[in-house]
Amino acid sequence: MDLSSINPAVLIASLMVASVPIMLAAIGELVVEKAGVLNLGVEGMMIMGAICGFIVAVNTGSPVAGFLGGAAGGAVLSLVFALLTQVLLANQVASGLALTLFGVGLSSLMGQGFVGIRPPLTSAVDLGPLADIPVLGHILFRHDPMVYIAIAVVAGVWAVLRFTRAGLILRAVGESHEAAHALGYKVTRIRIMAILFGGAMAGLGGAYLSLIRVPQWTDGITAGAGWIALAIVVFASWQPWRVLIGAYLFGGISVLQLNLQVAKVPIPPEYLSMSPYLITILVLVIMSSGKGRKALNAPAALGQNFHASR
Amino acid sequence: MNRRTMMATAALGLGLAFGGSVQAAGMDKVKACFVYVGPVGDGGWTYQHDQGRLALIEAFGDKVDATTFQENVPEGADSERVLTQMALGGCNIIFTTSFGYMDATNAVAAKFPNVMFEHATGFKREHPNVSTYNARFYEGRAVQGHIAGKMTKSNKIGYIGSFPIPEVIMGINSYYLHAKKVNPDVELSVVWAFTWFDPAKEADAAKAMIEQGVDVIAAHTDSTAPLAEAAKTPGVIGFGQASDMSAYKPSPRVSSIIDNWAPYYVKRVGQLLDGTYAQADAWEGIAGGEVEIGEITDAVPAEVKAEAEAMRDAIGAGTYHPFTGPINKQDGSAWLAEGQTAPDGDLLGMNFFVEGIKGDIPQ
Repeated sequence: MDLSSINPAVLIASLMVASVPIMLAAIGELVVEKAGVLNLGVEGMMIMGAICGFIVAVNTGSPVAGFLGGAAGGAVLSLVFALLTQVLLANQVASGLALTLFGVGLSSLMGQGFVGIRPPLTSAVDLGPLADIPVLGHILFRHDPMVYIAIAVVAGVWAVLRFTRAGLILRAVGESHEAAHALGYKVTRIRIMAILFGGAMAGLGGAYLSLIRVPQWTDGITAGAGWIALAIVVFASWQPWRVLIGAYLFGGISVLQLNLQVAKVPIPPEYLSMSPYLITILVLVIMSSGKGRKALNAPAALGQNFHASR
Repeated sequence: MNRRTMMATAALGLGLAFGGSVQAAGMDKVKACFVYVGPVGDGGWTYQHDQGRLALIEAFGDKVDATTFQENVPEGADSERVLTQMALGGCNIIFTTSFGYMDATNAVAAKFPNVMFEHATGFKREHPNVSTYNARFYEGRAVQGHIAGKMTKSNKIGYIGSFPIPEVIMGINSYYLHAKKVNPDVELSVVWAFTWFDPAKEADAAKAMIEQGVDVIAAHTDSTAPLAEAAKTPGVIGFGQASDMSAYKPSPRVSSIIDNWAPYYVKRVGQLLDGTYAQADAWEGIAGGEVEIGEITDAVPAEVKAEAEAMRDAIGAGTYHPFTGPINKQDGSAWLAEGQTAPDGDLLGMNFFVEGIKGDIPQ
């Protein structure tokens, strides 16, 4: 065992990178759930984003276009969910699960010709002298743009939900769709927009996996990241900044377990590999026991369908 | 006894009755089928097997139907279904190309005594129609270990292991022994990925190693992801695994082990066509052409390159065995005495690290 070989600065820097996909997907899902919709299809939307982003990036040679394509891919798939649950009023849990299965299968089909291809590289942002600050420079200022964009999205969502009228309306729809409807807000339209945003963010997170983190296309590339994102939303009790903390925590565990293996810590690697999922389960159990949803700060109308005639 | 086991028993009985049919007379046309653990486009292990399949079509033309293959078949129960389907679909010979298909291959072979099964990298031949074939990858690992020991500046080298099975463990041991021989200060980090093909995980493993100062990474997994990760950090080198992975030349990929299955596939299907086919246990290495050392690039100094090539040639000529004593096991007990070479049986069942490697093999 040689823990001294783990450099904390490097560890934190790679933790920030590892948490980008789940952070983006989780902040998107947070907005969706704040609007009162439970979309369990995050995994499916992420993987669609991963393949769409990859295809666009390979064909255009531009990583930026790839990320836009990834966001579009996730959003298009989420439109299927919006159609099912908001227009046809299907059960949200079942539709979400179906969306994941559908997304995983469709992405595999679309990715047939793209296995083993190298996508265009995304370079790190050049922050000049900031990157040369000892320790801090390595932790904070040598990343690719998406690391900063993800944090900016979290900040943006927080600001919008807290300080703007649009955020207030979104929360009103999620807490009591009937009251919001009585006040004249278009509940279905607002929810569809929230779902699209959630899809786009999940797609962006997926594209990050296939374009920067791996960077390659392979079937099932998201490997459960979407489910972790869902857990983070509950873990964060629907508050944007806690999503950031949750994502760093979960991302950190997955990075740490490999580092511990390299440092020859005598814990069997199987335990380390399953630890993020174990903690996910643990968090879900702790969060959902106790005083019910109110204590959790869950939106009151979460998972309930709305129809104006009622 | 339910219907399935009854059918299996009946088939087994039939198989026993016609036991001699394994050495069947020649055939006019052979349908050869392939089961792959990853996608053909992995650029590594599965890609090379598929090259072997294409070589069959090239070699025999109309006399062989080698168009049937299935990618991404999980090891375990699913593979049994795929194999059964292929056997029912008229395949005469089925190549199962991953260690984890071992039990499934033998189980299905029991039910279809007239279909020949060829299992790569396994050791179970429970039925007369099951043959195994493997390549002596550890010979290539010796060459890589030599390069790694000479090239590392941090004296930390890494190995991404897939599963703790003998084939992988012997690669790790060979790699370490030869790095240690030229660089006594070298330290080896092993990370078990517990997958053959998962680029995200392989890249993460490589990243964790690089962060801790490892600057030479060998991978025993199937994708190019570890090389893609190494390419992000200047000064880190790695090796192509299973396939040449020449897209990453001249650095980080400084050399490679190339599995060349084509000669074996052509030989076996040819034997099936002319009626000389018999159960076999093939284990060829550099000498037999199954293991090739990919071009050593200019990122490696000329003298190191020359030494590595000399080692390759010595192994190929049979004058040098990568496991030549004295070698102790990890716990310090003796394994091979001075001048003794490792018997194949020891290698095929290898479940221990050699002396000097830190860390345990997961059980």
